[in-house]
Order: sequence, then structure tokens, then C-alpha cells
Amino acid sequence: MKQKTLPFQGTPEQEAQLKKVIAEHKGQKGATIPVLHEAQNIYGYLPIEVQEMISEGLNVPLAEIYGIVTFYAQFSLNPKGKYHIGVCLGTACYVKGSGDLLNKIKEILGIEVGECTPDGLFSLEATRCIGACGLAPVLTVNEDVYGRLVVDDIPGIIEKYRQ
Amino acid sequence: MEFARGHVLVCGGTGCTSSGSEQIIKEMEAQLKANGLEKEIQVVKTGCFGLCALGPIMIVYPEGAFYSRVQVEDVKEIVEEHLLKGRIVKRLLYDETIEEGSDNIKSLNEVTFYQKQLRIALKNCGVINPENIDEYIAFDGYKALGKVLTEMTPQEVIDVIKESGLRGRGGGGFPTGMKWQFTANSSNEKGKYVACNADEGDPGAFMDRSILEGDPHSVIEAMAIAAYAVGADQGYIYIRAEYPIAVKRLQIAIDQAKEYGLLGENIFDTGFNFNLELRLGAGAFVCGEETALMNSIEGMRGEPRPRPPFPAVKGLWEKPTLLNNVETYANICQIILNGAEWFQGIGTEKGKGTKVFALGGKINNTGLVEVPMGTTLREIVEEVGGGIPNGKKFKAAQTGGPSGGCIPAHLIDTPIDYDSLMAIGSMMGSGGLIVMDEDNCMVDIAKFFLEFTVDESCGKCTPCRVGTKRLYEILDKITKGQGTLEDLDRLEELSLMIKEGSLCGLGQTAPNPVLSTLKYFRDEYIAHVVDKKCPAGVCKDLLSYSIVADKCKGCSLCSRKCPVGAISGEIKSPFVIDNDKCIKCGACIESCKFGAIIKS
Repeated sequence: MKQKTLPFQGTPEQEAQLKKVIAEHKGQKGATIPVLHEAQNIYGYLPIEVQEMISEGLNVPLAEIYGIVTFYAQFSLNPKGKYHIGVCLGTACYVKGSGDLLNKIKEILGIEVGECTPDGLFSLEATRCIGACGLAPVLTVNEDVYGRLVVDDIPGIIEKYRQ
Repeated sequence: MEFARGHVLVCGGTGCTSSGSEQIIKEMEAQLKANGLEKEIQVVKTGCFGLCALGPIMIVYPEGAFYSRVQVEDVKEIVEEHLLKGRIVKRLLYDETIEEGSDNIKSLNEVTFYQKQLRIALKNCGVINPENIDEYIAFDGYKALGKVLTEMTPQEVIDVIKESGLRGRGGGGFPTGMKWQFTANSSNEKGKYVACNADEGDPGAFMDRSILEGDPHSVIEAMAIAAYAVGADQGYIYIRAEYPIAVKRLQIAIDQAKEYGLLGENIFDTGFNFNLELRLGAGAFVCGEETALMNSIEGMRGEPRPRPPFPAVKGLWEKPTLLNNVETYANICQIILNGAEWFQGIGTEKGKGTKVFALGGKINNTGLVEVPMGTTLREIVEEVGGGIPNGKKFKAAQTGGPSGGCIPAHLIDTPIDYDSLMAIGSMMGSGGLIVMDEDNCMVDIAKFFLEFTVDESCGKCTPCRVGTKRLYEILDKITKGQGTLEDLDRLEELSLMIKEGSLCGLGQTAPNPVLSTLKYFRDEYIAHVVDKKCPAGVCKDLLSYSIVADKCKGCSLCSRKCPVGAISGEIKSPFVIDNDKCIKCGACIESCKFGAIIKS
């Protein structure tokens, strides 16, 4: 894997939070996925260290946890940047040119989809339809949504977050 | 509830929220307060109005003024002019609602976008505040559940649904009443479940999300009715985590229903118990397939299981489970309240009722529409959808997402229902309807969908896991100008193999985009492989740019814009493009002020 990742930097507070979540769900039917969702909310991603804690806490084999984490697109093994850019590649956005937006961002940031810039500032994802088809083509930066875009809007948007 | 003289309805759907409706609501509340109107005018955050292209949308009652593309800066004017002085802010009105030559505004039912629509599943969307159960109850909410629990036996409920002719709205079109009957017939010694499939994964589809955001109680109530009919006491809604607003509103709705005793133990004092929980998906398209969805709820990888046994016999945790889609549930309460005969009177012989479509792509009124079954594609595109922007020509409509196909222009008068779409090689699907114009390349579209299925194939069945990848590679080859005529035969052969050799709906339908484009747009494929041209001008490797000497003024702007120095010439005489150097970025076309550069 050429993808670079940062060393695990979990804090005792995060661990305490995770233990609490595990305790709440332990013994419930089908608890694994809800626990993974909450763990990702706590840590921002699901490195192997976190998976080990969940495996022990829920008494589910680590292989099974890893199998689930890698199956679902929403679970990430890599940390995300401070600003996470998601370019919608749903059909409505695609036919209106969101592929070109994605290429422009890759070009400017020098990263591929799923990667994070070395300074930890930006990460890039090609998302499925986010349902804002009326604004196609769209991209999101964290919670902000930008719609009705053309390629020339991209440098300005990225610059805004660099400052 | 306090009595207000006016209501300001602001759309809180995902489309309008993305373009800033939250800030508009905040500003509206602040402005009302500043003008001392906060007790007289009530601001309501509703679900989707449907006309997402014009968002953010605001409707002010009692006048019914439909303001479109409202910006935060406009709010002050609306409050001071309209709400304080009673003068409608004309410049913000949706122009279709202005009656020519007079000061009157038309009601929404007279607007073309709404005229052909019939709202059953979307009845309350854009009308009520989805976060307030009292508003739902005021619109006959939980009346159907009350009627079912106090006046009807479970079998009577199933009979009404059967008689209505309702079919599954998730795409398969299986008769809903039959599904209920099968689940009811299974033994419930160890318990049963009802579940709702809200894992709407088709790219470009947002019907279910809009229903859950705009009217979550209608689904909750219907699930309780279903649970009573089949003998279940526990329900799950499996919803995409990508829909944060819908998740939040559903949770609020469930909590409110519990507080009112409409969920939980001994509902309406009849001894009927029903509990409902949310389960979040985690971004896997295959989880929209019913058995994969159940594996996912159980906390496993979302891989499909072989059928039979069907979920009605062995579903969640091996117990009989009824699974319906969001839109299917959204029809249930209306059928119970208005009767099976009423529902039967709408639609076609084999497709009863309405269907919600998410209109997207190259169309003026992108948004959410609900039309009776049997409405033609032309009516949807040209009338409801307001036609295609920039005077372009309709080329095809894609329905059914990655499982569906493209409907070409000569079939635009096809009445839309399950069977008619199947007959022309597409499918109803869950309701995504993407319109394409002459600028879209059909080979590229097929490739786009295959890229999606390659990504989303769960990997369990080899024909789907490997076969879709091979299909994608052949399509990629064709778009790069390296395809041959034999490749077209290979595409067909492989497609049929994948259809036959896959366990679940994902693999069985994954080749449909290829097959339908091959069927209706074969000439376009042939142009790619024989002439090495992309008629729509999309596939970059097949394009060549040239300068029309007559039109070129020799200004040199294009040669300065060209990133690779492929354009040369003398000032004031025609320039030339060196196609060996050209990387086909299109910068020259955009820069030329005289339209002298063409791509072919």
C-alpha cells in the first residue's frame, strides 16, 4: 500500500469513551456495526488499535471486525484531513461534469481519492449520491456544500480553507 | 398550539438545506422578532416541496406566495414588505406562479410542475413540520393505525392491501399484500420482525430520503400497521448513514411516537405492542438487497444469502421477517383510510397508484415528482420536468440506476409502469430518473454504471465480482478508441453470463446498462470502434480539436491559454492546432471569443 498513514495517537479520554460505548451495547443483537459507527465518531477513523479494543470488548474475533470494517465504504482505516473533501459522483452530478471537478482537485492537492495531504489539511473522497441532485454538480468540504460548480470554482474553494 | 395569522414554510430538505435554508430560517426568526411579529407569524421547517432546482424555497401563507432561490439577504425585504405591509415581493416569486397581466398569483396546483402530479406518498411533504407529531396527527396521522387496531383483524388488513394492488416500490414490484400474507402465514413461535429498507443507494435517487425527511411518521405508522397484520412486535429501519437529516428526523419521530403511546407497549389500549429501532448502514450499495440488508442488521458483512428460504420464512435472526421499502410503506396509511377501491382507481391495470421519481440530469426542474402510474416519459420530461435546458435535444432517460437501462428518444411515449419498462429493457427501479441530452455519450454512461457496480459488487459470486470488472475493461478500451467489433459481441455474451450466474439482484441486473445502450445506441458503439469517434464529444481520447480558418481572427488568445504549446500561428492570420501535442483539455475552446475552435 502506497497510502501514507499517521501513527495512532489515541488519548485515554477517547479510550474511556469507547469503553463506555462498548459496555452500553454489549450483549445486544447486532451490536458490532453501531459500535463501529460510534468508535469512528470518537477517533475519526478505525485504526487496528481501535479494532482490537472493540474485538476484546465485544468478544468478537478481530478478523471478523476487520472484515466488517473493510467491507463498508463508510469505515475508514486512514485518518481524514482537517478538511475532508467529498466530490459527488452520483449520476446526476456525473452527467453534469463532476468527474472534471475531481480531477482538478487531485491535480491541485497532489493526492488520489482516499488519501490525505502530508500536512494533514485535506483528504479527498469520491462520494456516492448525496441527494443534492438539484444543485449538481456538488462537492462537500466537511459540512459545507458547494453546488452548481464549474472547474474554475475549484482553486478558490481550496484556497479558502488554506487560510 | 397558538393561532398565527400567517405561516412561512421553508423547505428543510437536503437540497434546500445545502443551499442555505437553515440560515434563512434563523434570519427569518430574527427579523420577525425585530419587527414584533414573532407571535403572529409562524415559521415552519417542512420537508421537500419537490422543485429542488429552485431552492431554497419558501412559501408564505395565507397568500400562497411561492418564493424561489431565496437568499439570506432577501429575508429582511420579505418580512418588511410582505409580512408587515402585505406587499408581495414580486421579484422573488417563482415566475410560473405569476398570472400575466395582473397582480394575482396562481395557486401551486395551477403550476405546470404540479399539475400532472398526484401526491399520495408525498402527501405531507412540504406541508407539515416533520419534527412535530401534532402536525402529522392534525393531517389524519395515526388515524389509520387506530382504525386497524380497533376495527380490523390482521387478515382484514392484509386483504385490503392485497385488493389495492400495491406493489413494492423499491424496484422489484412484488405484490405487497402477498408478501404480508406469506409473512403472516409463517409460524411466529419465536417471534417475527418487520423491517423497512431505507438504504437508498441508486446514484441520483432521493425519493425515500425526501419521504423520511418530510414525513417520517407516515412510515412509522405504516410499519406498526404491518406489524399488527403479520404478527410482529419488533421493527427495524435500515437507513443509510449518508442521510443525516433523515436519521435525525426519524429518531425524533420515533421518540415522539413513543411518548404519545403510539409505539411501545399496549398501543391504543388494545394489547398490541410494537417497538421500532434504527439501524445505520455504512456505505455498501449491496445492502439494499434484502438478504444482504438483513446480514448487515445482524452486524455482519452485507453479503446476500441464497433464496429460498425467503425472508418471509427465515429472515432476521432466522425468524420470519417482512421487509418493505420506504415508499411502499408511505402508501399504506392512505390505502387504509381511503380504501382499496380508491387506490385501484389510480394508475394502470397492473401498476396501481403513483410512483415518486427523482428527476435529475439535463432537465430544468430537477427535483422530486409523484405521478400516477401510466404517465408517459414525455409528460414527465417535457411537462413536469419543464424540458431540457439550453435548447438541447432529449437523447435518453435512465431509470433504475445501475440495475436499469436507458430509454431512447423514440420510446419517450412509453407509459411508465413496472411491466412496460421491463418490456423495453429498463426497469422501474426505486425511482431515479436521469435525463440525458445530446452531449452525453452512451458508452461513457454504461462505463460509469459499470465502474459503480465493480466498486459495489460484494465479491461473493465470481461472475459478478470478476465479470463486471471485465465488462468495465472492455468499455474502457472502447472509449479509448482501442475497441473492435468483436468486443461488442463479447460484451453481450459476458453480460448474459453475469446475469445468469449471480446470486442476488446486484449481479443479475448489473449488465443492464450495457445491454440497453447496446440495444438502442449500437451506432454510437460502432462509431467508437470503427470510426474511432465519439459522436457526443465526451471520450477524450477520440476527440480532435481544430480551428476553422474562416472564423479565426488570429488573436493568439488560444495559443497563450494552451498548457502544452500545441497551438501556433502568426498574429492576424489563422492559427493551427498540432494534434500530436494536444492533450484535449478544451482550454482553447473556452478561451475563443469567435467560436472558431471545434471538436469532433
